[in-house]
Amino acid sequence: MRDLLEVTESGLYCPQGDFYVDPWRRVGRAIITHAHGDHARGGCERYLCAATGMHVMRARLGNAVAIDTLRDGESLSINGVNVSLHPAGHVLGSAQVRVEYRGVTWVVTGDYKLQADPTCAAFRPVECDVFITESTFGLPVYRWQEPAAIAAEINAWWRANRDAGRTSVLLAYALGKAQRLAAMVDPSIGPIVAHGAVMKLVEAYRASGVRLPSIDRVPPRARRVGDGRALVIAPPSVQESSWLRLFGESSVAMASGWMLLRGVRRRRGFDRGFVVSDHADFPGLMAAIEASRARRVLVTHGFTDTLARLLRERGYDASVLATRFTGEGEPDKPEAGEVEA
Amino acid sequence: MNDFTDLYWRLDATTSTNEKIAALRDFFAAAAPDDAACGLAVLCGGRQLRAVSSTQLREWAAAATGLPPWLVEECYAHVGDLAETLALLLPAPAADATSAPPPGLAEVMRTTIHDLRGVDDDRKRNVVAAVWRRLAPRERIVWHKLLTGGLRVGVSRTLVARALAELAAVDPAVMAHRLMGDQVADGAAFTALLAPESTAADTRRPYPFFLASPLDRGEIDAVATALGPAAEWQAEWKWDGMRAQIVRRGDDITVWSRGEELINEAFPEIVAAGQPLPAGTVLDGELLAVRDGRLLGFTALSKRAGRRRVTKKVLGDIPCVFVAYDLLEADGVDLRDRPLADRRRQLETLVPHAFDATLADPATADDGRLFLSPLVPGDSWPDLAARRSESRARGVEGLMLKRRSSPYAVGRTKGDWWKWKIEPLEIDAVMLYAQAGHGRRAGLHSDYTLGVWHDGKLVTIAKAYSGLADAEIVEVDRIVRATTIEKHGPVRICTPTLVFQLAFEGVAYSTRHKSGVAVRFPRIVRWRRDKQPADAGSLADLERMIAAAP
Repeated sequence: MRDLLEVTESGLYCPQGDFYVDPWRRVGRAIITHAHGDHARGGCERYLCAATGMHVMRARLGNAVAIDTLRDGESLSINGVNVSLHPAGHVLGSAQVRVEYRGVTWVVTGDYKLQADPTCAAFRPVECDVFITESTFGLPVYRWQEPAAIAAEINAWWRANRDAGRTSVLLAYALGKAQRLAAMVDPSIGPIVAHGAVMKLVEAYRASGVRLPSIDRVPPRARRVGDGRALVIAPPSVQESSWLRLFGESSVAMASGWMLLRGVRRRRGFDRGFVVSDHADFPGLMAAIEASRARRVLVTHGFTDTLARLLRERGYDASVLATRFTGEGEPDKPEAGEVEA
Repeated sequence: MNDFTDLYWRLDATTSTNEKIAALRDFFAAAAPDDAACGLAVLCGGRQLRAVSSTQLREWAAAATGLPPWLVEECYAHVGDLAETLALLLPAPAADATSAPPPGLAEVMRTTIHDLRGVDDDRKRNVVAAVWRRLAPRERIVWHKLLTGGLRVGVSRTLVARALAELAAVDPAVMAHRLMGDQVADGAAFTALLAPESTAADTRRPYPFFLASPLDRGEIDAVATALGPAAEWQAEWKWDGMRAQIVRRGDDITVWSRGEELINEAFPEIVAAGQPLPAGTVLDGELLAVRDGRLLGFTALSKRAGRRRVTKKVLGDIPCVFVAYDLLEADGVDLRDRPLADRRRQLETLVPHAFDATLADPATADDGRLFLSPLVPGDSWPDLAARRSESRARGVEGLMLKRRSSPYAVGRTKGDWWKWKIEPLEIDAVMLYAQAGHGRRAGLHSDYTLGVWHDGKLVTIAKAYSGLADAEIVEVDRIVRATTIEKHGPVRICTPTLVFQLAFEGVAYSTRHKSGVAVRFPRIVRWRRDKQPADAGSLADLERMIAAAP
């Protein structure tokens, strides 16, 4: 029998339903797992995303595009294929796409994490026959700390900077990570300030009903901002720009899963690195795969070869899903939110 | 070992000299004397015991994590540091591990490292497993490095001496002096090290080194324009050796490297050679390794430099001489303000024998290992340029040009001392394999194997660690990933697409590479984006270079 989903020139395609999941070219109907730029591209005729992600999608793709939404658990039949969207826990509105046709079920995870995140719905396992999983951090060295422990580290750094009269600049992807960090830190330490690119998405989060602490926008033509007490949240692209000079003496930290590695921290030249990721760590990937109860696992986007080989050794029918996201373990790759911000 | 672990990570987190000194000072101030002594030995690069091999450690870690060994290797290739890889892979420490007060560095070193030497593998494995259960990842990294004898910290002995000097409120040179000789063995010795300044004057101090600057442009016209009449300049060969000062004062004789580290222990024959010098003499010059009438080059010399104890075999294999080119002090008088020409005249009476690699054979020499740096004759720039072109054949790097009227200045003061190096050999080569780097370049493909054309195929000639800019390495890394044909562990074989301009100091026949030739000191000069693999050089080009050499 033909596979329910297959990789084509334009992306992951369902021939029976005639729709794509996260296509990388302009197509007719696109189901979008989440609004990051490498998953949600402009130019398609019609989009389908989770209802919770509507404002974020609009912030990214504009108000003109046609977007349909599905609520959690709601399903839609497209040419006889049942489609439903289930929380992936990656960023606000991120969804796993479940497609089912004649008793065969596939799940496309998009990006996901199992860690708690106050700014989006938690990942919920969906049983299926074929599980298409990401593998960004698919090496067993990647294991995350509890969010509370990371928050304590960030707070301690911010507090120490504040006491020294030094602005704390925290670099993070503008969509998702930035808002999550704002919700994680202790706002009683000082004011929180955000770069314009972050602010646009803060507003989309608020419009979606996510509670965030008070955050000030950095004025567009400001000469000097703050008095060394603030936490500034900005996309990583500002690292090399003169924008950082607005804050006078500052400590610049990066929040990313790649910061786990000492070599990457040293190479990227930040003052601090906080290991905060919106992707599943290795135990998280393994737990999600097991919870799906799938026998067949297709691995994409990350350490594909390695994870597929390990899964085969553990008895799965596992292989690499060759998408254009062939990158593997690329700590220096700018991610979607970063490029567009 | 919490104090030491904190120190390790503080040093790791900063590139600032002042912050490093502060971290060292805080460690030495807070640690128990025994732990401080132990930490000092590690920081000063004393020979580390290797209790467990890295192979054993990998095997035990694989078993402890339940991961297949190939996956441990893949993780290592990605992380680029074995101690870190294993620290991250191992299960989190036991919950009750933090209740007991952590043992100090000295006790950790004794019970989990020194005592493991000579015991059977099962016992070693049990001890290692017990420590793993106790330590958090950041502590495990440091401990793994101690265990395998591979701990390197980015601080020089000089920096350690400065930190200790601040703590003891003594002059840094005095502290460097105190750190000489036998290792600080225990807490009592460490406490003695920090005693306030003694009354005895420090007689060992060298002078700050005067450093030459490279000429921006090596063409003869440019040199003539920049430097004026050739007659105003003294020319010498630019040796591929190690800069040093011999300080002879009172009964004392010390040899100092350019990093102002005392290297008496590494070069005992040079210490002996300096004995006949009159008290109150300071020579500036170069250590060279010479054997069978041939210069051995810097690589051989560096095998000597790092040692605290030199065996007879090493002394015989890599015999060294000192070639003096300046006299900084005579009869206890500082001569640095006198013109070079005057200093040179005095130097020639003190050290009469000019160095000649073909004659000097230190293994059999009775008349010492102390030589004079010969002058390179030449009254005009064309004369000197002609002599410079002999450099490669002589095993030197080019010419040194020093203004005859110049004083001996401090540091890299421009204008009076110039290096007129020969141009390196070059060829355009194609990147064939790439491998992820280590340290700062972990996870980035920054080590390349390069090839040139031979019979319609590309054959490898050199492995070069990138000489590219950081942004270019990131870009090449992405191309490597996109053009990978095959992976062999950490090595990726790529479709040939990238051409790099490769510079090197020499080329010779060798069995190390498939091409049958090997180049010396290969480094990438630039990425030739304008060239296709078809435009790269050939083996015949390299063979012509071999034929052109003497």
